[in-house]
Formats: sequence, C-alpha cells, structure tokens
Amino acid sequence: MNAITAPTFEWLQLAPILTVLLAACIGIGIEAALPRRWRFVSQVLLFELAIGVAFVLLVMSWLSPKDNLGLMAMDSISLDGPSYLMWGALLVFGLLSMLVFAERDLNDGASSFAASAASVPGSAAETEASLARHEHSEVFPLALFSLTGMMVFVAANDLLTAFVALEVMSLPLYLLSGMARRRRLLSQEAALKYFLLGALSSAFFLFGMALTYGFTGSFDYGRISDAIADPVYGRGLLYTGMAFLAIGLLFKIGAVPFHNWVPDVYVGAPTPVTGFMAICTKLAAVGATVRIFYVGFGGERWAWQPLVAVVAVITMAIGVVVALTQSDMKRLLAYSSISHAGFILVAVVGATAGVTGQMNSFGSILFYLVAYGFATVAAFAIVTMVRNQAGEVHEISGWAGLGRKSPLLAGIFAVLMLSFAGIPLTGGFIGKWAVFSAAWRGGYAWLVLAAVAFSLVAAYVYLRVIVLMFFAEPADGVVVGRASGMTWVPVALGALASAYLGLFPGPLLDLVTSASTFLR
Amino acid sequence: MITLEALAPVAATGMFSYAWLMIATPAVVAAILLLFGSILDRIGHWLAVAAVLFSFSIAACLFAQQLQSAPDARAVAVPMFEWITTGMWHISAGLLVDQLSILFALLVTGVGALIHIYSVGYMAHDERRRRFFAYLNLFIAAMLTLVLADNYLVLFVGWEGVGLASYLLIGFWQHKPSAAAAGTKAFVMNRIGDLGMTMAIMAMLALFGSSAFTAVNAAAPHLEPFWATTIGLLLLLGACGKSAQVPLQAWLLDAMEGPTPVSALIHAATMVTAGVYLVVRSHAIFEMSSAASTAVVVVGCVTLMAGAWIGSSKDDIKKVLAGSTMSQIGYMMLAAGLGPVGYAFAIFHLLTHGFFKANMFLGAGSVMHGMDDDVNMRHYGGLAKVMKVTFWTFAMGYLAIIGVPGFAGYFSKDHIIEAAFEVSTVAGVTALIGAGITAFYMTRLMVMTFLGERRWREKVHPHESPWVMTVPLIILAFFSVVAGALMNNWIQEWLEPATGAHVQETALMPGPIGWATLLVVASGIALAWWIFGTKPVPNVAPASGNPFTVTGRNDLFGDLINDTLVVRPTLAVSRGVVTGDDRIIDAGADGLAGVFSGLSSQARRLQTGQVRAYALTMTIGVVLVGAVLILTQLA
Repeated sequence: MNAITAPTFEWLQLAPILTVLLAACIGIGIEAALPRRWRFVSQVLLFELAIGVAFVLLVMSWLSPKDNLGLMAMDSISLDGPSYLMWGALLVFGLLSMLVFAERDLNDGASSFAASAASVPGSAAETEASLARHEHSEVFPLALFSLTGMMVFVAANDLLTAFVALEVMSLPLYLLSGMARRRRLLSQEAALKYFLLGALSSAFFLFGMALTYGFTGSFDYGRISDAIADPVYGRGLLYTGMAFLAIGLLFKIGAVPFHNWVPDVYVGAPTPVTGFMAICTKLAAVGATVRIFYVGFGGERWAWQPLVAVVAVITMAIGVVVALTQSDMKRLLAYSSISHAGFILVAVVGATAGVTGQMNSFGSILFYLVAYGFATVAAFAIVTMVRNQAGEVHEISGWAGLGRKSPLLAGIFAVLMLSFAGIPLTGGFIGKWAVFSAAWRGGYAWLVLAAVAFSLVAAYVYLRVIVLMFFAEPADGVVVGRASGMTWVPVALGALASAYLGLFPGPLLDLVTSASTFLR
Repeated sequence: MITLEALAPVAATGMFSYAWLMIATPAVVAAILLLFGSILDRIGHWLAVAAVLFSFSIAACLFAQQLQSAPDARAVAVPMFEWITTGMWHISAGLLVDQLSILFALLVTGVGALIHIYSVGYMAHDERRRRFFAYLNLFIAAMLTLVLADNYLVLFVGWEGVGLASYLLIGFWQHKPSAAAAGTKAFVMNRIGDLGMTMAIMAMLALFGSSAFTAVNAAAPHLEPFWATTIGLLLLLGACGKSAQVPLQAWLLDAMEGPTPVSALIHAATMVTAGVYLVVRSHAIFEMSSAASTAVVVVGCVTLMAGAWIGSSKDDIKKVLAGSTMSQIGYMMLAAGLGPVGYAFAIFHLLTHGFFKANMFLGAGSVMHGMDDDVNMRHYGGLAKVMKVTFWTFAMGYLAIIGVPGFAGYFSKDHIIEAAFEVSTVAGVTALIGAGITAFYMTRLMVMTFLGERRWREKVHPHESPWVMTVPLIILAFFSVVAGALMNNWIQEWLEPATGAHVQETALMPGPIGWATLLVVASGIALAWWIFGTKPVPNVAPASGNPFTVTGRNDLFGDLINDTLVVRPTLAVSRGVVTGDDRIIDAGADGLAGVFSGLSSQARRLQTGQVRAYALTMTIGVVLVGAVLILTQLA
C-alpha cells in the first residue's frame, strides 16, 4: 500500500503571492461589509499596503541566505532568479499603474470607472447611479487577482499551473476592460472582443498542452526537456503542441498576427487599465514565454527560433508602419506596444544561455521590459490628464501645443517618447542595445539589422508627437487636468526612471545579469 | 604610405581633469534657460554668451598646455564614469583631449561664442530669444560631446544631440510651415545616416568588444577586409547624413529656413563638418579598406560638383551659401578619403572654412537684417555703399573661399587639389574644375548683392547693423585672412600623432598645379563678371530652358528623387496597412459617433463579424506558424 505524502507548501518563500491574493480576498470582503462611502478609500489603502508588504517580503526572501531558491509547492512553482526579478517588476509596475486607478480629482471627484457597469449605457439606471456618485471599487481586488495570476504565471513550473495562472490573470482583465466611465459602448465592445479572442487563444494553449503531454507524458517543464532529449515518439506531435502553445502565448504578448485585439482593447478600456495591461500583462506573458521555451523547449530551439524570428519581424513591421499614420494617441501607444513586443521577441530569438558574467537573453529582455514599463506607466497616466469637456482627449491633434500649456508635462512626455524611440541617454536606448546584442550573439545578425532599421523608423513616430506638442499651434479647448499625487507619482517616477536607466544602467544591468539563470 | 603606431593617451592631470566643464557649463545654462522661464528673459542671452566664452577659455588653456608639453604627451584621456559595465561590456564615458579634438573644441567654442554675440543683436526683436539661446547652448554642449568623446558610443550621444539641436533650431520659427517641414526633413535624412552609425558601432562592439577609439585603432590593422569595408561604408553613410553629402544632401538647403546665425554655426561651421571628423577619426579603419576610402573620395567629388552646381543657379543668398557649404565639405571629404596624405588638409580646410563660411553667413544675415529679411539677391544690388562693414568683411570671406593667394582658403584648398592629383587624376581634375565654379558663383553673389545698381523693393531702407553684429564679423574676417598662413606649416606637424600621417612638404610658391588653379579661378571670376557685372540683373529670374539651370534651381531634383524612391512607397505601404486595419478592425472604434448611435447598432456591428475577422487573422497566423515550422524542418 502506497503511503500518501502530505502536500508541502513553502509558506515563507511564496508569501509575496499569498499576500497579494489575500488582499484581493479581503477586498471582496470590504465590498460586502463596509458602507459605500468607505469602500474606495479602504480599497486604495489596502492595495497599497498589500503590494508594499509583498515587496518587502520578496526582498527579505531574496536576501535570506538559505532556501530562497528551488522548486516550491510540490514542484509547481519554480522560485529562481528570474522569478524574483519578474515578481519585483510586477509588484512595482502593478503598484504604479493601480495608483492611477485611484485618481479621482481629474473627473470631478469620480474615478475613471463606470458608476454602474451593469446598467445599459444611456439608460435611466446609469443616470441614477451617476447622480448618486456610485463607484466600482471592485476594480482594485480585480486588479489584485489579476496580479496574483501574473506572478504565478511567470514562475509556474508546469503547464497546468501556467494555464490556471493564465486564466486567473486574464478573466479580471476582461471585466476591467469593460468598465470605462465614458465611451461605455466602446469599452464594452472591447471587453467582449478581448474575452472572445482570449478564449480562443486559451483554447490553443490548452490544445498545445494536451499535445505536448501526449509527446512527453508530463506537464513539468523539466520533464518535457528530458523527453525532448530522449524522444519516444516522432516529433510531429511535439511540434504541433509547441506551435499551439506559442500561439496562446504570442496572443498575450500582442505579437502579429495575434495582435488584432491590442488596438481595440487598449482604446476601449479605461486608460488606467490600459496602462496596467500594457506593462503588467506584457511582462507576465513574456516572462512565461521565455521560461516555457528556454526551460521546456530549449532542446528544440532550432525548431522554434526561426518561427519566433519571423513573428518578430512582422510584429516590428506592422507595429511601426501602422503607428506612422495613427491619429489617436491611445491607438498610437497600442501600436507602439506591439512594436516593442517585436523588439523583445528579437532577444527571445537570440536565446543566448547564461555564460558567466555575460548579458544573456533573459537579462536583456527584463531590462527592456523595465525601461519600457516605466515609460508606459507614465505615458498612459499622462493620457488621463490631457482633457477637454468630454473627458480625455485621444485625438493626437488635440495634443498640439501642449508644450505651451504645460511645459512640465509635455517635457516629461517628450522624455518618455525619446525613451520609446531608443534615443541615447534614455533607458530605452540601453534596452535596445541589450536586446539587439543578445540576438547578435545568438547568431541572428540579419534580425538585428532588421530591428535596427525598424527602430529608426519607429523614432519618427515618437518624434512626430514631440514636434506636435512643442511646435504646433495649441489646440482649442484642451487643458491639462489638475491631478492628485495618484497620477503624478507614476508620471514623475516613470520619467525619472527613464532618464536614470539611460545614465546609470549599471546597477540594473548587473542585477538582471546576475540573477537570470532558470531552475528546472 | 607609412603610418605611425597610435600613441596611447596619457592620464589627465591638473587642468585637464576639468575638461568636462567645457561640456557641462553650456548644458547647465541651457537647462536653466529652459526651466526658469521668463525671469531670465532680460539677461538669459548674456548668460548663454558667458557660458560659451567660459568653455572657450578652458579650451584655450588646454590648448596652451598642449603646446607646451612634449608631442607624445599631448593626447590626454579624461575618464568620466563607467557607463555600462556588465559582462563583456565595459563602456566608460570619457573624454579624449588630443591634437584633433582640441582644434575642434576651439573652433566650436570660438566661432560659437562669436555667433552667440552676433545673435544677441540678430534676435533682439524675437520674443522667444531666451529659448533660442538655450537651444544654441544645447548645441554647443552636444557638439563638444561629439568631438571630445573617447569612444564611438559617447560620440553617438553627441551626434544625436547635435541632430536634436539642429532640428529644434531649423524649425525655430514654427509659425512658418516651411520651417517645420524643413526640420522634419532634416530629421528623416539624418535617421538614414544614423542607421549607418548604429550598425557600425554594433559591428565594432561585436568585433572588438569595445567602441573606444584607442581599442578600435589598435585592433583595426588586424581586421578582415570584408569587415573593414563594411564598417567603413557604414560610417560613411553616417557621415553623409550629418554632412549633407550626396545622396543624403537634400536637407541642408531646406535647413536654411532656420535663423541665419543657426545656419552659420550649425549648418556651415561646425555640425555639418562632423562627418569629416568621423572619417578622419576612423582613419585606421579606412586605411584597411581601399574600397571604403575610394567611396569617400567618390562621395566627396560628386558632392563638391553638385554643391557648386546648386550654388550657381540659386537666387536665395542663403541657399547659394548652403550649396557652397556642401561643395566645400565635399573638398574635405575628398581629402579625408585620400588617405594619410589628406587628413591634415581635410582638417585644415575644415578650420579655415569654419572661419570664412561663418563670416559670410553672418554677413548674409546682416544684409537680410537691413533688407527686411528678404533673401532674394535679385532685390539687392549696390549695398557696398550703405553697409560698409558688412561689405568689407564679406569681401574677405569671398577672397578666402575662392582661394586668392594669401587668404585662408588658398592654402587649404590648394593643398587638397595637389594631393588629389597625386592620388588620382580624375579626383584632381574634379577638384580643379570645382575651384573654378566656386569662383564663378561667389563672384555672382558678390556682384548681385553688393555691386551694380540698386534693385531694392519699396520701403526698404538698408542700414548697417549694430555693433554686436559687426564686431563678430570683423573678428571672423580677420581670421578669414590670416588663418591659412598661420596654420599652413604648423597643422600637419601638430596633427601627426592623431592622424598617423607623416608631414608632407608644402611649397609656399604655387607649383604647376597651383598656377593652373589660379588660372581656372581667374576665368571663373571673369565669366561671372561678364555675365552679371556688365549687364543689368533682371528682377525676376529669367525663364530658362537650359537643363543645367533648371536642374540646379531644383536642387538637382533631390526632393523628387527622394519622394519617388522613398517617401511615396513608405506612405503607400502605411496607408495600405491602415486601410486594411480600418476595414477589418476599426469599424467599432470610430469614436463617439458610434457611442451615440445606440446599443442596437453597436450590437449589429459586433455581429457583422469583426471578432470573426480577428479570429480569422489568428487562424491565418496559425497557418503561418505551421508553415514556418514545416519549412524550418525541410531546410
């Protein structure tokens, strides 16, 4: 008779995830228990506290001398350098983008979220809820649930855990996308599209899991790798499974041709949510992709590298070329985000392993994501501040002459654009160098040349915005809203970090290089 | 051709460890001027002038120290900070004050200071003067970063910085749509050049593991010919963009939309010569590849003729000077491509050109100042009598550029022509003919502007400019006369350690080629005088069927070529993609109109299948993924 071993769970090491999850659950409790007027404030305090505590726990666990690395929770979570770094980045960017959720000064004391998301737009119920100044403070626990999913997703050590995490991360996002206060139909439509296409991509992911299981007999990344080294069946099954998994992941990354949802959802979703998705979802999706493909399918890299290279090229091409003619700021940032996904994939293709003391692919990807993340969080926060009577101004023509209305804000936005463009002395520049050199050393010189060419075209997109802000006649009726610290903190931090990472990239480069070895 | 081993620069001590102040001072002042708003409207410009003068005095002190020290201790490395240190990357941001860079620093700060002072008068009535000076200081800081950098990556920072400042200043008069368009054009063309720079630096990092000049110079002799040629051509592409050389020349003429002091500082004396600096600085790489250095010579020859051609057919005084700048930089490129024999001459001509071209641009600005900003030379005439200082200073510049013996341009240009004949007859003849055309169009400019009868518009009352504008003119005119003779024998020896070229004997008396040059120049002057000096100049440019004139007036159809080959295809692709995007994807996001048209129509729209279309795209993606995987397996 086999003894049944009790499941083990490393509470201490997994405490950061648990803190965020616990806070999300408490948040639901707050919605049920507290009177309406206390909810918003307590939710804001709760998420700030929870993410702060989670970050402290993370750092403590990282610095503790023993047991801070290894496979946790019955081998379903892999706690290694990349996990720690991704968790740290997710917590920081989660906090910054959720701060923007809590901004209420811009909108006459209301948040950017619908007063009553379930009411039919334009109906009496909606008017009633607006007049009563109702708010959906559920957005905070929803975002925390999503953040939990992201943290598990990047650290998952088997496909099953990864899939559950993927769903935990995605479902709250579908809801959040549909909750815009203004332009509600657009928002609801975006949410529905996101959900349907997300479901389709999940189906691909699931099917890929099944096929991979058929080939390897296991969901565990390490065992998948072993099975690839010592195959029992023909490789057709493996390749099909790998391709389907890749499709599911590339969808979340927002790579072409799985990018269709990105512009619509970014435009339709409430702008703070767009900021959250643009960085946190991308971080999580890229992190999980790199882990699955390096750890699980590393032995088959010759098969998937050309595939990712092709996707990277068309992603950069579509992202950059289409961004050239955009007239809507959020849509421009959406296509910009697509093109950045392409640049990140360039480094994924490089797949240079961690030779001691050298910048490897994961390190360069993470640096790129952090530089991109700070710029993105701040950029979307600024989008919420440029307003007219009807709310945020998304038409780029409305941004004309912003430099004269608010030199500070326009100057900050210009710094962010320069970082997106990869101009020297910004974080974006070092990030581009890092990912390009990773791909170069991986033997993909042609891909680097293509990427350099696209990045130069892309610079035109961003400089067009700068020129418009500073050299065009100011647009009528557009003002810079008076925002509270909830918006200004992410804006200021984003701009400072973009400049700091360009001037002194050393510390972060060292960090991402030293802690970029995956466990299996 | 023997080249010396490059000497390792010595560590910085004393005065040299403060070299960074040269860059920091104007940068800080620029930031102050931009940030502290209108408080500084009254004195901001003098603050900017003081910053540049301070940088100049540091440069002068360093130069004096270098003169005193032994030749092998003149190159000084000033480490600043470790920029990137990770794994195989050790890129430190540092300065290199050597014989080459100090000359540039002196030119940039010296001519820069004069142009700053001049601008105090020129921009006196502009309400955004403080901002203008902030940009000028920004430019000085970036340009000094470019020339004082000790590695290609830091150089690239300055390279982008001068581009940014240039872009801001070309479009400074933003109320003019043409100015904004010109700024954009300069930016785009420079991007193409930057593509070359970026890839060259990438290749250097990949091959040498470093981008420091010392490391690259040390490793270059062991470079494979293929890589030497590749890097050389990429660097040349970068140089073409920045220095407005064919085929990336078209932006420079439009850049004249900026205020005239900007044209003098950035688009004549300093920034546009950065390409020449780059080629000379990278001499170790170009010496390893005859293909790359031949390409430099060809680019130089083509540009010097193209610029002269444009200069001969324009009526806009600034555009004539712009064409002439292109042409003179062509001479420098040609010299730089000739190999060790030409490096010193390229830099020599660069310096003298910096003086006389800045002088003439500022002179043109002074003329425009008096003529209510009219730039058409057909509306000038007879200005010599009313603007005496401007006329005489301009005349010094004129005599210098056409190469009258004794004046600055004579020495430097003559050396280039002689060196060109030594290496290739074709290059020599081109340079010789170019000198004749230069004499032709410059004489035309002089005659149409300062001599002949008065063709002024009504209500225009030309007057001499205030002293802040004329004093810089006088100083620059002085150097236009003496700079050549001062540096003639000295500069080769001085630059020897930095360029690795041995000193060539230069005769004071013209040789046979020198006499031929003088003859060609004289005929150019005579021809121009015969056409423009002896007959009245029509008020409107005569319609001309002459293909040479038509081509010249249209900037050699540079815009048309760029438009057809680059701009239209790119836009067409972008619009095509967007149309596809809109038709399949965008229907729901048409904005507020959709929101007001009610839920039912939205729902209907939703059901008519956009999501289906998205899913279709994804399915196509699946097919693509499968195809790539299968093809990879087959390959």
